[in-house]
Amino acid sequence: MPTVSVKRDLLFKALGRTYTDEEFDELCFEFGLELDEITSEKEIISKEQGDKKAEGASDVVLYKIDVPANRYDLLCLEGLVRGLQVFKERIKAPLYKRVMPNGEIQKLIITEETAKIRPYAVAAVLRNIKFTKDRYDSFIELQEKLHQNICRKRALVAIGAHDLDSLSGPFTFTAKRPSDIKFKPLSKTKEYTACELMNIYKTDNHLKHYLHIIENKPLYPVIYDSNGVILSMPPIINGNHSKITLNTRNVFIECTGTDFTKAKIVLDIIVTMFSEYCENQFTVEAAEVVFPNGKSYTFPELAYRKEMVRADLINKKVGIRETPENLAKLLTRMCLKSEVIGDGNQIEIEIPPTRADIIHACDIVEDAAIAYGYNNIQMTLPKTYTIANQFPLNKLTELLRHDMAAAGFTEALTFALCSQEDIADKLGVDISATKAVHISNPKTAEFQVARTTLLPGLLKTIAANRKMPLPLKLFEISDIVVKDSSRDVGARNYRHLCAVYYNKNPGFEIIHGLLDRIMQLLDVPPGEKKGGYVIKASEGRRQCLSSLEGSIEKLKMGQRTCPNSL
Amino acid sequence: MADGPVADVLLRRLEAADGGLDSAELAAELGVEHQAVVGAVKSLQALGEIIEAELRSTKRWELTAEGEEIAREGSHEARVFRSVPPEGLAQSELMRLPSGKVGFSKAMSNKWIRVDKSAADGPRVFRVVDSMEDDVQRRLQLVRGGQAEKLAEKERSELRKRKLLTEVTLKTYWVSKGSAFSTSVSKQEAELSPEMISSGSWRDRPFKPYNFSAHGVLPDSGHLHPLLKVRTQFRQIFLEMGFTEMPTDNFIESSFWNFDALFQPQQHPARDQHDTFFLQDPAEALQLPMDYVHRVKRTHSQGGYGSQGYKYTWKLDEARKNLLRTHTTAASARALYRLARKKPFTPIKYFSIDRVFRNETLDATHLAEFHQIEGVVADHGLTLGHLMGVLREFFTKLGITQLRFKPAYNPYTEPSMEVFSYHQGLKKWVEVGNSGLFRPEMLLPMGLPENVSVIAWGLSLERQREPPVPRP
Repeated sequence: MPTVSVKRDLLFKALGRTYTDEEFDELCFEFGLELDEITSEKEIISKEQGDKKAEGASDVVLYKIDVPANRYDLLCLEGLVRGLQVFKERIKAPLYKRVMPNGEIQKLIITEETAKIRPYAVAAVLRNIKFTKDRYDSFIELQEKLHQNICRKRALVAIGAHDLDSLSGPFTFTAKRPSDIKFKPLSKTKEYTACELMNIYKTDNHLKHYLHIIENKPLYPVIYDSNGVILSMPPIINGNHSKITLNTRNVFIECTGTDFTKAKIVLDIIVTMFSEYCENQFTVEAAEVVFPNGKSYTFPELAYRKEMVRADLINKKVGIRETPENLAKLLTRMCLKSEVIGDGNQIEIEIPPTRADIIHACDIVEDAAIAYGYNNIQMTLPKTYTIANQFPLNKLTELLRHDMAAAGFTEALTFALCSQEDIADKLGVDISATKAVHISNPKTAEFQVARTTLLPGLLKTIAANRKMPLPLKLFEISDIVVKDSSRDVGARNYRHLCAVYYNKNPGFEIIHGLLDRIMQLLDVPPGEKKGGYVIKASEGRRQCLSSLEGSIEKLKMGQRTCPNSL
Repeated sequence: MADGPVADVLLRRLEAADGGLDSAELAAELGVEHQAVVGAVKSLQALGEIIEAELRSTKRWELTAEGEEIAREGSHEARVFRSVPPEGLAQSELMRLPSGKVGFSKAMSNKWIRVDKSAADGPRVFRVVDSMEDDVQRRLQLVRGGQAEKLAEKERSELRKRKLLTEVTLKTYWVSKGSAFSTSVSKQEAELSPEMISSGSWRDRPFKPYNFSAHGVLPDSGHLHPLLKVRTQFRQIFLEMGFTEMPTDNFIESSFWNFDALFQPQQHPARDQHDTFFLQDPAEALQLPMDYVHRVKRTHSQGGYGSQGYKYTWKLDEARKNLLRTHTTAASARALYRLARKKPFTPIKYFSIDRVFRNETLDATHLAEFHQIEGVVADHGLTLGHLMGVLREFFTKLGITQLRFKPAYNPYTEPSMEVFSYHQGLKKWVEVGNSGLFRPEMLLPMGLPENVSVIAWGLSLERQREPPVPRP
């Protein structure tokens, strides 16, 4: 869940009133946000780097607010305020408009070289915008939040914002050999080639995470203006030439990426959020993007979509009885302008470009429920009549667990993942003989494989409890995993029972006695005759331990086959 | 007959003594361990008013092993001083002496010696004074002679800091005659024996009273794991509520059942290598229900069933990737798919409690595997109000009665709600579970009827405490 950090006083000023921390927490809760932390820059620095470093840092109160992962329209102060003000019916949701420029439209031409690396681009212009320090910071921060979330760390979409007055269109989005790209990037004082930059950024704590996206490609994406000035080398860095400042009045925004839908959403979010500060509020100047096939599109889309939902569907899904008019009012409070039409039961809902998360009627139902107030909904019990059944394997496990404890053994709960060594070398078994399932991306050696036996877990439990008085009598009934090509995923679980007796003397007879007890409980008689159980020495495993392990699943009652081994 | 020879002697001495005697002094006189006298005192005390014993503690200064050595041979600094001849000594050579390292710095700060760093063959140490007084040795000898009180407090604490002195506390008893004093005490019987019964001697024997303040001997028994006891309780609650247990005995899942079937898009961050354990072997699922897979693919990439879809290129290869399931909802998806294939539709209540896996590095607040508890109800016309009602009943059985619900986002439920309960200890609302109505984009491709809603909730077993024991 993304966390947005906003200055409290700035937030209250924009909301037109102040709240106590508790009141604001309550408001967040109701709206589906979470006031995660109340802090300040000073507190954050002092927590992370110590009090010394924090000296002189700002102690302006910050609210850290958790925002649902699909609400990109709430990722900045501007959006949060708009959402809450509409929710509280203090303002109406703005209507976002795309307008054609008075002069020539800004053009971004995509060449076919981009096809293999970053084929999509969209663009727009924010005309006559007025930045302040706080607005500017929020603008940068929103880009960062979008990059981290919907843009999937810039892999799907990367955003570039430029001072349009420092550039001259049309712009070209192409891809070139890294050695042929040379420019002065943001916050550097001289020019570097792309190869040099990739090296420099290897040690940059922020940028190093994005290098892999293009690093091994023969061509890097790059955007030029008509004079050959480099705007950006997406998804890594913008050029310093077109850097936006507090004095920038006209902003050219480009989003490039591998996911066209998401690029369009990201552009819509940025321009809807910050067109608030344009001279003509909430209007965005169009830009034209020409694709390699010659087709040209105008962005931002800023598309409003109409959905029709029956009022009784909303009532039925939520479990309330509201009039269609009331439901329309509730939805309007969620920035979904709605009205009752047709037979008086139909609600027509306008989905604004800020709400890309609304993709189905169920999303509209949820918004109605939120505006109604989850905690105002009457709780009822469904009349669903069912007879409960236990999963037979778990039922048997539950019965056996209690009898194992009654027999004086203590239950352990150990990890299902372990190292290769645990299930192979340490038990004197070759890893290839284990049929183990291997994990491809473990962060540590403790999680290389899924266990094929419960024994290592119990041995580790003993090792961690050596200071306990002897004897230790442990057991576990849980699943192990082995490859099995007859299963759809190529692997399956087996429910195993494992018990270990640990003392100064071997105590084989004790573990043998436990096995006899288990068999007695399961009604399996001893002896060679059909349906009986016998004990045989197992191969491979060293016999210096008093332990028993076997699959209780194979112990099917009727068949009386016994795979238990000692 | 009393308890052993020491107790006998103690009683006889006490009879002759004027007033009382000290346990430590007695031990010294008898040449036995002090502990043996203490034992005798305790056993006599247990017999009643034979003796009275008053605990006294005395503090005494003792030399440590190093302190003993110094009292005998002089302080390290004195030994360093003595080993420096008038013509001086190479510092490197001095450092090799047993007392060299410790003694050198101390002798320097006492200004007994000096170092000439400009000497030809390396730094050289010379005497500064002709003779010196070894105060450390003298003081330690005083303590050894039992005259520690002659040292100033500051001197003692300095020696203690140098670990040459320790203060030991000796606990002794001052023993005096009790109101029922007698030198011929008979031992009380601790237990009744068959012999006493057959001989009838039990009638005349004194018996020791039970000591009720001592701890009992715990029974020899095995134990169930505390967390799994909680699991049992949760199973019980679900069974009481008429929920049927789903099979969850497959830790390995395909991305398809773990994510795609739940309408979780292929670029979702949870599907990242950083968050999920993927498999190297077997790397891919061998079989997928292809008819259903195509409906899922279409819903993701183009929409359908009233949905806009996510509008991206859905890849089968991505869905085939095997992983360690990240939630038991994968098993719920399989169960709902099986349900959808059974015609006509019958309402169900399902639950499961089993392991799930996340690619985490272990620390105090992160586990790579934990247990998820999940409940699912599928029926015609279920509402958000029903979900809240079921949750209220469920949590009431856990002893949690103060609940409130917060709008939330999950990729596969809509509406979604997080469940919060008021924590009396923390004095705040804490999240206890997550819930919602499964999205139509998940249910309809499975083939469930359109008017069937499925409510579901999940919580983590590791975060639960044992439900309260009901009192009759």
